[in-house]
Amino acid sequence: MLKHRARAVFIIVIAAVIGYFVYATNQTDSTHAFHLGLDLSGGTHLVYKADVSKVAAADVSDAMTSLRDLVERRVNIFGVSEPLVQTERNAALSSAGSEYKLIVELPGVTNVDEAVKSIGATPLLEFKLLTAKEMSAYASSSQATATADVEKDPVYLALFKETGLTGRMVSKASVEFNQTTNQPVVGLTFTSDGRDLFATITKAHIGDYLGIFLDGKLESSPVIRDAILDGKGQISGTFTVEEVQSLVRSLNFGALPVPIYLISSQTIGPSLGQEAVNGGIKAGIVAFIVIALFLIIWYRLPGLVATIALAIYVTLSLAIFKLGVSPLVIIFCIVLIFMAMRYHWAWGAAAIIFYTLMAMIPGVLSPVTLTAAGIAGFILSIGMAVDANILIFERMKEELVRGRSISDAMHEGFARAWTSIRDSNISSFITGFVLYFVGSTSTVTGFALVFVVGVMVSMFTAITVSRLLLYAIAPAHDNKFTRFIVSNGFRKGKETLNS
Amino acid sequence: MFVIKYRKLFYSISVILMSASLVALFVWGLKPGIDFSGGSLIEISYNEGQRPQISDVISSLESIDPAASVRVSGNNDFIIRMKDVSQVEKAAVMSALSLNGAASTTVKAFDSIGPVLGEEALRKAYISILLVIIGIVLFITFAFRKVSEPVSSWKYGLTAIIALIHDVVIPAGVFSVLGHYAGYEVDTLFVTALLVVLGFSVHDTIVVFDRVRENLKNSSSIKPFGEVVGESISQTFTRSINTSMTTLIALVVLYLLGGSSTEHFTLVLIIGIAVGTYSSIFIGSPLLVTLERWQARKSEKKS
Repeated sequence: MLKHRARAVFIIVIAAVIGYFVYATNQTDSTHAFHLGLDLSGGTHLVYKADVSKVAAADVSDAMTSLRDLVERRVNIFGVSEPLVQTERNAALSSAGSEYKLIVELPGVTNVDEAVKSIGATPLLEFKLLTAKEMSAYASSSQATATADVEKDPVYLALFKETGLTGRMVSKASVEFNQTTNQPVVGLTFTSDGRDLFATITKAHIGDYLGIFLDGKLESSPVIRDAILDGKGQISGTFTVEEVQSLVRSLNFGALPVPIYLISSQTIGPSLGQEAVNGGIKAGIVAFIVIALFLIIWYRLPGLVATIALAIYVTLSLAIFKLGVSPLVIIFCIVLIFMAMRYHWAWGAAAIIFYTLMAMIPGVLSPVTLTAAGIAGFILSIGMAVDANILIFERMKEELVRGRSISDAMHEGFARAWTSIRDSNISSFITGFVLYFVGSTSTVTGFALVFVVGVMVSMFTAITVSRLLLYAIAPAHDNKFTRFIVSNGFRKGKETLNS
Repeated sequence: MFVIKYRKLFYSISVILMSASLVALFVWGLKPGIDFSGGSLIEISYNEGQRPQISDVISSLESIDPAASVRVSGNNDFIIRMKDVSQVEKAAVMSALSLNGAASTTVKAFDSIGPVLGEEALRKAYISILLVIIGIVLFITFAFRKVSEPVSSWKYGLTAIIALIHDVVIPAGVFSVLGHYAGYEVDTLFVTALLVVLGFSVHDTIVVFDRVRENLKNSSSIKPFGEVVGESISQTFTRSINTSMTTLIALVVLYLLGGSSTEHFTLVLIIGIAVGTYSSIFIGSPLLVTLERWQARKSEKKS
């Protein structure tokens, strides 16, 4: 008894400390403030489709990484706090091969025009080849004589063949002047990969034409006169000095390694998010109070225990949302909690210790981004979290009716409710994990994450916390009054099966 | 147990609700939101008293999208649904909404989703529904693999699927009616809500099945299967009702106070969980009894 009470006090003290942590880190400048999704904080969510059809399969992931880095740099220059730039690939679920997407989130930015421009305006630089033979064939064809502006003739442009050399392989661009014509030109320095490729191309194609394309437009097509081994090149055209300067700036910011197209933009003003946050907080508090009243009226003393367990559930979940999660850590914690149910409650303590250790290693966990759907999921989980307790208490009542002592009935209640709790929670985990891994939008995955964390923590509190608390305050004497307060409902329990 | 005794009555209630839902779904279908169909959804707020007439806004938008629809929201807001607009067109839309600057506006939300993304979301929605159902059926079959007398374990799975279809079809039917009369759309959150309902309903059904399993194991005398199931339902009855109660309390509070962005989501959950509780008590387990009777009748005929 004393042992149980000491443990129960210990749990409540720990919960209070965690509660203080949740409360004290609520300022927005705290590193552990709640991480609000765009739909709550306001901002812009952009999805681009990346066209990787022209990149060799082996280089795609490199290209996407550099695409992400470049866009990130652009966005940072734009001055957004905490922007998110990520790439996404969905091969398994798409009908037409792999699709690559670039997702850009700009919290607080609601006027997106400029941001979209600065992301999308980066030029796509490509180097293509046209052999001397084809050039002369084209020049003598009727097509060429009929076309006034050769550089815009699609037949002519289609003659150029890909070389694999793109702006991705440019390490630096600068403003230079052509020594003979004094025209401004863009000087290019290639990366080491680019230098090798450039050398190979120029060596093999002396006398052919090298077409330099910016965003699909042919800027110039000089004849390759010599192998260029030093990895330097020039784009000459009919540029003004200003045009060259802006090109150089764009190329240095990053010529996009692959073309991107905006396929979705979502802008959420700050007022809508604030409304959802306030509504969510109010709904959470009211729901908690009504559920607590219901529990105490129906389940009496155990109901009070369930209410305390529910409060600890809320505190723990909020702390986990702040500290963060990772799929592997969550799965491992779930396994430990199942072991706590099956074998010994101490496995539950192991789950807590394991999680705390993981939270101390920087970079293992990432904070849960709360969205409007996530808040709804959390409030839903407050309602569902009570289930394990209700299962246990109903079972306890049956055991009491069968004439067991209070303490026996409690032990039996916990022991026998275990299979139901296990089986029913597994189905919730199946739903949660499918939603998390297959979910198409951040709304859905945000909900799923909160839901899975909620189900996991509710199992933990039902098994470990309610159990210890209930043992701690179990009435020592078995009389009519004590049997009343640990029982529940308003109907007398009926004696049913094989008692 | 009255649930078993009057099971035909409870079946009929469900059959009526399901048929009505299926008819609504066939006649009206579901109205896809922009998540699935692609398009734009704009929530715009006008300064107090400056909100123009709907017809003015519609005619102002005509040159960009003649099919644009505008509806009123709150005192000063409009919600506009139109085709997917590009970044360039967006400026034109904004100026059209302010009637070329005559009214000052604040954009609360501006979502524009291309058709490619919509198709992908739809495909993923189907895949998740399929995966959840497969996962749950496999799990039930596995969990009840040792129960074979008098009803084999796959029948528990089958019964659970029937209950699941029931729980998904009815909320979908309600949303089909609401879509027709009140313009409710279904989006990715709608699908998410349906999946949560699936999980919850199975969760409820399993608790009863679990009790059936335990009672079958423990019963020393040979009791009729119907009686064992009836007892199991009555033992878990209060628990099923109470768990659904606390969950519904949370959801109703959320529906009333939670703000507009999750209103429809919460409504699907409320309907689904109410129906799911009904099916796990009045449909799932009684169906086991019905299956057992059929089985018994068949073997009688053989002998």
